[in-house]
Amino acid sequence: MKFTKLTALALSTAICAPMAFAADMADEMTIVSWGGAYSNSQQKAYHEPYMEKTGVSIINDESSAEAVAKLRAMNEAGNVTWDVVDVVAADAMRLCDEGLAMEIDPDTMLAPAPDGTSAADDFGDLLVSECFIPQIVYSTTFGYRTDLVGDTPPTSVCDVFDLEAYPGKRALEKRPINNMEWALLCDGVPKAEVYDVLETAEGQERALAKLDTIKDSVVWWSAGADTPQLLADGEVVMGSTYNGRLFSVIEEQDQPVAMLWDAQVFDLDGWIIPAGLSEERKARALDYIYFATDTQRLADQAKYISYGPARQSSAPLVGKHEELGIDMAPHMPTDPENAKNTFLYNYEFWADYRDDIDAKFQAWLAK
Amino acid sequence: MSDTTDTGPVLAADGTPLKRSLARALRMQKLRALMLIAPLLLFVLLTFILPIVDMLFRSVENQIVSDTLPKTVAELQEWDANSGELPSEAVFAALAADMKIAVEEKTHTRLGSRLNYEKTGLSSLFRKSGRKVKRWDLAEDAPFKEKFIDIDKDWGDIEVWRTLQTYSPKLTNGYFLNSVDMQKGVDGPEARPENQQIYMTLFGRTLFMSLVITTSCILLGYPVAWILANLPSRTANLLMILVLLPFWTSLLVRTSAWKVMLQQQGVINDVLVWLGLVGDDARLVMINNQFGTIVAMTHILLPFMILPMYSVMQTIAPTYLRAAKSLGATNWTAFWRVYFPQSVPGIGAGSILVFILAIGYYITPEIVGGTKGVFISNRIAYHISSSLNWGLAAALGTILLAVVLILYWAYDKIVGIDNVKLR
Repeated sequence: MKFTKLTALALSTAICAPMAFAADMADEMTIVSWGGAYSNSQQKAYHEPYMEKTGVSIINDESSAEAVAKLRAMNEAGNVTWDVVDVVAADAMRLCDEGLAMEIDPDTMLAPAPDGTSAADDFGDLLVSECFIPQIVYSTTFGYRTDLVGDTPPTSVCDVFDLEAYPGKRALEKRPINNMEWALLCDGVPKAEVYDVLETAEGQERALAKLDTIKDSVVWWSAGADTPQLLADGEVVMGSTYNGRLFSVIEEQDQPVAMLWDAQVFDLDGWIIPAGLSEERKARALDYIYFATDTQRLADQAKYISYGPARQSSAPLVGKHEELGIDMAPHMPTDPENAKNTFLYNYEFWADYRDDIDAKFQAWLAK
Repeated sequence: MSDTTDTGPVLAADGTPLKRSLARALRMQKLRALMLIAPLLLFVLLTFILPIVDMLFRSVENQIVSDTLPKTVAELQEWDANSGELPSEAVFAALAADMKIAVEEKTHTRLGSRLNYEKTGLSSLFRKSGRKVKRWDLAEDAPFKEKFIDIDKDWGDIEVWRTLQTYSPKLTNGYFLNSVDMQKGVDGPEARPENQQIYMTLFGRTLFMSLVITTSCILLGYPVAWILANLPSRTANLLMILVLLPFWTSLLVRTSAWKVMLQQQGVINDVLVWLGLVGDDARLVMINNQFGTIVAMTHILLPFMILPMYSVMQTIAPTYLRAAKSLGATNWTAFWRVYFPQSVPGIGAGSILVFILAIGYYITPEIVGGTKGVFISNRIAYHISSSLNWGLAAALGTILLAVVLILYWAYDKIVGIDNVKLR
């Protein structure tokens, strides 16, 4: 009798154990990101250690570029299949506004820094939305062909607007964001006043008029990989793109390209958790986020890609590139040498003015 | 003959009038046929027609305003926007009550993004106000007029209230006005400022370029189809593979290949410079403009033109040409008067296929079109995935669909759809 009871107990625990595990946390999750070298860095720095630690299986989905639209469609269909989504800060704000992302309390849901600083303080100003967990600081900046610019390489962002000194095509993103700011800066507007000027119809006209001076020499890009390709082909002399893309052109592919860090525009990329997940999936997503955004993990990602970790406490831990063995710190957009003149992207402004200015920008482009 | 008309209706064997009996038999037959296709019909209806109708309905749907701010919308009906005065305290009190609920359900920011399409700044106005209203007590904190204006002076702006009032009905024509470069003005629809007009240009360009692409497909495809149809079948099959091979290759690969070919440091320019036909500093610009889009799309859509032409030309007996020539026609007359009219159904079928496909093309113009070679579908895609203005995207899509249907109807009137042979 005793024996059978014991067996039954053992059996029931054996059966119940995985069920208990499943009841409070899902054992499979779908993580959405941008693909390419960026997803690769996350795979190495976050996914693999997390899978090893917990035995969860992670499915990668490379849909971040259309994450907002897809999440909205999923939400309307009542079937959200994503657990954690990597988006830029502006998209996180929109998802939060639309009620499509869950609100996060950094102090209870995120890991404190090793020295005990709370997560809220460690991330600081970078927590731009209630739903957003910052991961990296990246910048949109210019790269140029060292062999096509003559003896005096460009040093200022305004050289982009100087067709006489640097003839040839330039690559700019096919949207008003960043381009309008650079145009105003180079039209003599002080950095602190750029958004005040851009608020007015005259300011917008002024920015477009400045862009008009180089319009015929611009190749407009819409995917981050375009500019590196155009630079490598010699199609353009200089072009804007994300700094990590330029890093891989320069260091990994060894092309005659150099960085022009002047007036680089800082932006953030990070995680959101979709609203409306079931309890166990939510628990799993939060557990993953807690793990993947701690100080060490964020510093680890910088081994694979040249984006700055969003935590202050991670910066000293940034080491060498995993394969190339070069020091990563000088390639970070946040490195003091690179960040002499930076520009901070104004999320609130663009959330309001995006539709209006975009309509004007597109009308201008079509002219 | 007069006998039958006198004896009344003809009766069937069982005594019922023959006409009715026949109708019943036919009805049974039709019903059976309908039952047979019912699964497919239901499938198409549920998974294709309904979603499209639902999406198109968004072009006029505007429930979000009255759903989120029901009391405010009701109170605001009394207000005269042209009076030059702000709405009364009652409206502000209703807004406070509505916002209180909206903040709890987190729908106020959603409404803010919706109204931001119409008036810049409303997105942050609602976000900001939501944070403050959350802490208000409806009973004690009245009156609210000053309080709202304290949060943001925009609440004291008549234009904000006018926007709210204009967009309070459950249905709106605002999206459609926007898609033809108009907007809701103080007294009825008016044209948008010139620096914001873009959609009519894009519609026009889409139609014009689709027409050019269709024409170049006809010019390039006709001789190929003719050769294919007139060669011995073994050789023809071999050549057919050459036509089909690009057809089977991924669209993206073909588009990217054109990029490599056409760009300034690309294959064609390199060859021209090497031959000395153009200078190294005067390389031709053949991509990121209309030319690039036309070349790439003509290449991509060419098989859709050749295949129907080929199938029609195969059925034209060579004896007709020989007969014409034996009667003294020149080569040209024989072709133009005898062969060509018989091949017209093929051209018709190919043209309609290519044109309708071209009009909705998206990815190729996006990659090789630059700024002057993009289509209306690129803007639709932008509003679906980037700006999230699905209402406007739906309105643009509805117009595009209507244009295609009208063209199809006109085509039917002029050429006749019976003259089209798809196989």
